[in-house]
Amino acid sequence: MSRLQVVSGKGGTGKTTVAAALALALATEGKRTLLVEVEGRQGIAQLFETEALPYEERKIAVAPGGGEVYALAIDAERALLDYLQMFYKLGSAGRALKKLGAIDFATTIAPGVRDVLLTGKACEAVRRRDKQGRYVYDHVVMDAPPTGRITRFLNVNDEVAGLARIGPIHNQAQAVMRVLKSAETAVHLVTLLEEMPVQETADGIAELRAADLPTGSVIVNMVRPHVLDEEAVRSAGTAGRRKDIARSLSGAGVSGAAGLVGPLLEQAAEHAQRVELEREQRAALEALELPAYELPLLSEGVDLAGLYQLATELRKLGVDTGADAGGNAQ
Amino acid sequence: MTSSMTHGSTLQDTPLLEIDALLDDPGIRIIVCCGAGGVGKTTTAAALGVRAAERGRRAVVLTIDPARRLAQSMGIDLLDNTPRPVDGVEGDGELHAMMLDMKRTFDEIVEAHADPSRARAILDNPFYQSLSAGFAGTQEYMAMEKLGQLRARDEWDLIVVDTPPSRSALDFLDAPKRLGSFLDGKFIRLLMAPAKMGGRAGMKFLNVGMSMMTGTLGKLLGGQFLRDVQTFVAAMDTMFGGFRTRADATYRLLQAPGTAFLVVAAPERDALREAAYFVERLAAEEMPLAGLVLNRVHGSGAARLSAERALAAAENLDEGRIVDQGAGKAAERGSTGSSPTPSAVEPDSEYPYEPKPEPEPESEPEPDSESGRPSAPPTSQLTAGLLRLHAERMQVLSREQRTRDRFTALHPEVAVTEVAALPGDVHDLAGLRAIGDRLASGGLPAGAG
Repeated sequence: MSRLQVVSGKGGTGKTTVAAALALALATEGKRTLLVEVEGRQGIAQLFETEALPYEERKIAVAPGGGEVYALAIDAERALLDYLQMFYKLGSAGRALKKLGAIDFATTIAPGVRDVLLTGKACEAVRRRDKQGRYVYDHVVMDAPPTGRITRFLNVNDEVAGLARIGPIHNQAQAVMRVLKSAETAVHLVTLLEEMPVQETADGIAELRAADLPTGSVIVNMVRPHVLDEEAVRSAGTAGRRKDIARSLSGAGVSGAAGLVGPLLEQAAEHAQRVELEREQRAALEALELPAYELPLLSEGVDLAGLYQLATELRKLGVDTGADAGGNAQ
Repeated sequence: MTSSMTHGSTLQDTPLLEIDALLDDPGIRIIVCCGAGGVGKTTTAAALGVRAAERGRRAVVLTIDPARRLAQSMGIDLLDNTPRPVDGVEGDGELHAMMLDMKRTFDEIVEAHADPSRARAILDNPFYQSLSAGFAGTQEYMAMEKLGQLRARDEWDLIVVDTPPSRSALDFLDAPKRLGSFLDGKFIRLLMAPAKMGGRAGMKFLNVGMSMMTGTLGKLLGGQFLRDVQTFVAAMDTMFGGFRTRADATYRLLQAPGTAFLVVAAPERDALREAAYFVERLAAEEMPLAGLVLNRVHGSGAARLSAERALAAAENLDEGRIVDQGAGKAAERGSTGSSPTPSAVEPDSEYPYEPKPEPEPESEPEPDSESGRPSAPPTSQLTAGLLRLHAERMQVLSREQRTRDRFTALHPEVAVTEVAALPGDVHDLAGLRAIGDRLASGGLPAGAG
């Protein structure tokens, strides 16, 4: 079972929601998960309906059965200052560096340094142990950058290792890469049953595989129920049938039935078209040969209750959170 | 008022975003589409380009990483950094399209502004290679550069820009400034200092800062890295002013009256929240906002039938079917209920209470099936399905309405146009044209009530 779950997905597919639900789902029976945000959008705080998260780990939710979810919004600038403090006891010199623009340079412009800091912090949480030698967090879930950038984001350590050929950042990058490429990590992609997200998912999986990063599952989000199949819709169009439907409608207590049949059938035709498109997209996802899970569309949108509902769904699905059952818990 | 409308009264209060007036205005030379990821920015930009061209303008669309089939629909499926004519546009205008190649754009700038040997040194520098391959902000900066270049050529009378899928929509505005200020900022001057400072007065403080910093960064990143950066900076030195000047010029161009920003959003909470940020930010930057494109809005021709009533009716039908299928079982439940008023099915009442509100006079399917008698059970099943589908649609509608209302309450001044959701994706010019029609018609084609 992987201990670092990286959740990515095309913009608009709900990757932050899925990451949060996954963290909740994994926090069962006394387990503790850490949900990490790396893009500074405070999406987690909004989802859990709390105020903006500071740069510190804090408990944001309790899961059924007594599990706990902690959250952390990693800020690259703060992470770098911490890092400098830890290794160089910089103290106020850190502030001077900031004034000179060096921190800004290192976290926004310098290739990959920012990403090393972000992934490094997450990997540190994965490996952290308490005094008894037990892991502090059973699972770490990362709400990662979108699919188009995920491979570069995770693989950037290689790039940094190439650029910074010696020194602590180099070593840090190597250490982080060892975690990311191990069975301890699984990268999941969130998608919708629509053409562009599925295409992006396929591209993303190919890139991850090419970079030798461990792929986890595909999580299909916002799946609508299939109310009518195509055949039912096709048979519905005939004139005689329309009358029957009108009669059936008024029989069920709907007034003005005659005027409703047309629009209702139109909606059904759109639905049937969607069902057909979704079938194609499911087939495309199957070709990826990864475990796939489906989460329902919540008609009310995702609020806190909806988040718990999705977590329950994930638990029911028994989401396979690891590429392999690594089990190196010691 | 709400009767046959798919949306409530707020639409009447919100100014309508007149897309055609915008596209026809010869004073408008740049339209920038921005918004959160996954809301349809690229498709919107492409549809605007097609419509503008077909209304007679010489338009060019600058897209950032479009989906392959969308790119194919405009004939730009090959990654290309120069505008290509799009075939199949009707009318007097012209459409060109191009896809931003960030690295190529950066390389071209270097090649254009440095002598060949210096350009070579820059292009081969490992730091440059990483920077140009797309780290934080480079794509946004290069999109701005390209926009500036296109505008400077004055070959088109309308440029439609799709913005990069940024971490945050605001990155697009921030990145050029950030890169610009980095490139001629204090830090760079410090890195350059050893090479050019030569013991001027007043440099003492900088020297101290410098040695502390390069010392620290050197330790942290390794000496080679810092030397790479210094070499890069030295080679780029002559170009820095140019970067800053162009970034500033493009920034001012975006504030000029010839530019119109369109914020694109889907009627979802996150997308509209991002849209609200953008509206506020554009105002703060004094950049001209034309309005909001609300994409993928659902409508219904049967909006007067509420979700609750549709579900209740569907339940009626289902219960009726159970009765029809197993006539005996209905009797077992001892119902033949006293007098169920047809519409008064309590929402929470499952069949234990009123299993048969349905056998009302003419609702009994069998008696009056003139066409072909026993088609009754499938019809009621089908009808129940249609009603459930409708209920789902109405739930989507009301959720979209709520999120939209929240936005409108915050920003009543923002003109809005709504684009009805299409069941499938867009792959060709005809599809883009259809989106353009929807963009221009403003409200939803709600269908007859």
